Amino acid sequence: MTAKVILGNHFWVATLKLLPACCCKQGGDPQQLAIIEAKALAYMYPGGTKPSLTDVSISIEEGQFVILTGPSGCGKTTLCRCFNGLIPHFYGGELKGELTVAGLKVTKHQIFEMAQKVGLVFQNPENQLFALSVEKDVAFGLENLGMARDDIRKRVDWALQITGIADICERAPHELSGGQQQRVAIASVLAMQPQIMVFDEPTSFLDPLGAQKIFEVINDLNKKLGITVILVEHRLDLASRYADHVIIMDNGKIALDGEPREIFNLETTRLLGVGVPKAVRLWHLLQQSDIKLEGVPISSEEATRYLREVLKR
Amino acid sequence: MIEVKDVYFTYPTGVEALKGVSLTISDGEFVAIMGQNGAGKTTLVKHFNGLLKPARGGVLVDGVSTKDVSVAKLARTVGFVFQNPDHQLFSETVQEEIAFGLRNFGFDEATSEKRVTWALNLLDLTEYRKTSPFMLSGGERKRVALASVLAWDPKIVILDEPTIGQDHRQKENLRQFIVHLNSQGKTVVVVTHDVEFVAECGPRVVLMTGGAIVADGEAKRILTDAAVTLTASIVPPQITQIFLGLKDFGLPVDVIDVSEAKRVLLEYLKGGSGA
Repeated sequence: MTAKVILGNHFWVATLKLLPACCCKQGGDPQQLAIIEAKALAYMYPGGTKPSLTDVSISIEEGQFVILTGPSGCGKTTLCRCFNGLIPHFYGGELKGELTVAGLKVTKHQIFEMAQKVGLVFQNPENQLFALSVEKDVAFGLENLGMARDDIRKRVDWALQITGIADICERAPHELSGGQQQRVAIASVLAMQPQIMVFDEPTSFLDPLGAQKIFEVINDLNKKLGITVILVEHRLDLASRYADHVIIMDNGKIALDGEPREIFNLETTRLLGVGVPKAVRLWHLLQQSDIKLEGVPISSEEATRYLREVLKR
Repeated sequence: MIEVKDVYFTYPTGVEALKGVSLTISDGEFVAIMGQNGAGKTTLVKHFNGLLKPARGGVLVDGVSTKDVSVAKLARTVGFVFQNPDHQLFSETVQEEIAFGLRNFGFDEATSEKRVTWALNLLDLTEYRKTSPFMLSGGERKRVALASVLAWDPKIVILDEPTIGQDHRQKENLRQFIVHLNSQGKTVVVVTHDVEFVAECGPRVVLMTGGAIVADGEAKRILTDAAVTLTASIVPPQITQIFLGLKDFGLPVDVIDVSEAKRVLLEYLKGGSGA
């Protein structure tokens, strides 16, 4: 399949294999349906002057780790707000096109129903935490669902364990470091046992080490629990290694959609102003000087490995 | 010039945020203050514009102790752009937000209008002139906060985590913009934990941990010193990480930039084939 990429006034035609609408990671199991399927989504905020989403069609398979990126204001956050029904139910306006998430048509189901399928973690955990203790924060959503006390206890302990904050469960969230707060926010969402978790720049307030730890928690949720992860992120140097699907948006549209190595390899990606990992940039520069590496490295470890092979020759 | 002399500071909660910090920043310097969250970076720079006063020691801005002047007066010289723009923004439109500071410093309407237009243009915000700052994305709000400080043209500009929420292109713009400000003689102090950004800018790096300065020098030297970065819980730039894994080939490890990395590798390969 060929994707036509429209960039500013130029037309770029990239021969890019798109993920077929209905296949799983490898081989393609025709039985497996997409967990998120958007067809020709279009949306404008009430009072807005231009549409925030235009003709957005994507398909995300269950269990994928997706990085959603693109220039700021490109519609990433707006798209994420559609996944759990905040758009249109909370923000208002009309969501055109079709969006099915975990088998539910978003326009036909209320936010509280969608919230049990899709958890959202925001950039700044301060805005998400409010209880007097970590465990109360984590239990809050479950209490609202009217779950039995014992079950709540079990779920909360489980979520605290997985996010590595069991030892601070009695502390007040506002006393914690940014990284710990973000784990509490993740645990609160995780406790609802959603099938899909959406992280909107979850590490931008954290230092590099704190960020790395959060990415590892997210990666565990994906690889160990099979939760479908959608990570909105600019810092691709840090996050690329975990992803198996990259979606780049520009100006409310899907600009590129595919496998990370393919996407970062494209000149178009650079032109879109997406900060491809430095390892990929180095690969590009070496390629231009006729130095061929074994593959496109998306982490420093891969780059080191490929370079060692070349240097040994 | 900013002179920090053996400054100690403890928050009312009992947290000792600064433990004997001494530092001199000369006019026209470009300094990145780095370190993990809680290292004392923001506490330190809040001393530069008098928002915080040292419990012990002293801070002099252009020779005057911050204890002897009001924050409002200092702000004319030392512009501070906060990490979270929501702590700074409050006006109904972007234009009013930027005009507010100018009015407070007594600029006349005509000059104020000119400066607003200039700042909007500089930070690519012209289309949002009449928009409420709260309608904008996080990254855009940060640019509004920056525009509102730059509008009154302070001599020293402090940016607390300016790259948060900025996409790649805006970071590149910000980098060029800071280099431009700096080349015009402004002193720029950036508080950041964005290692890749610092690697691209190449400023003087002051590395903090536990309320003290642990290293101070050229970016290229500090960011590639594995022992130092480990102490401060900083992850070296990706390019440096790659070169740390190639040490045994006799390649240098103090490489932070992609083009330099290419040059070093090509040289090695050329030398190898010739031998």
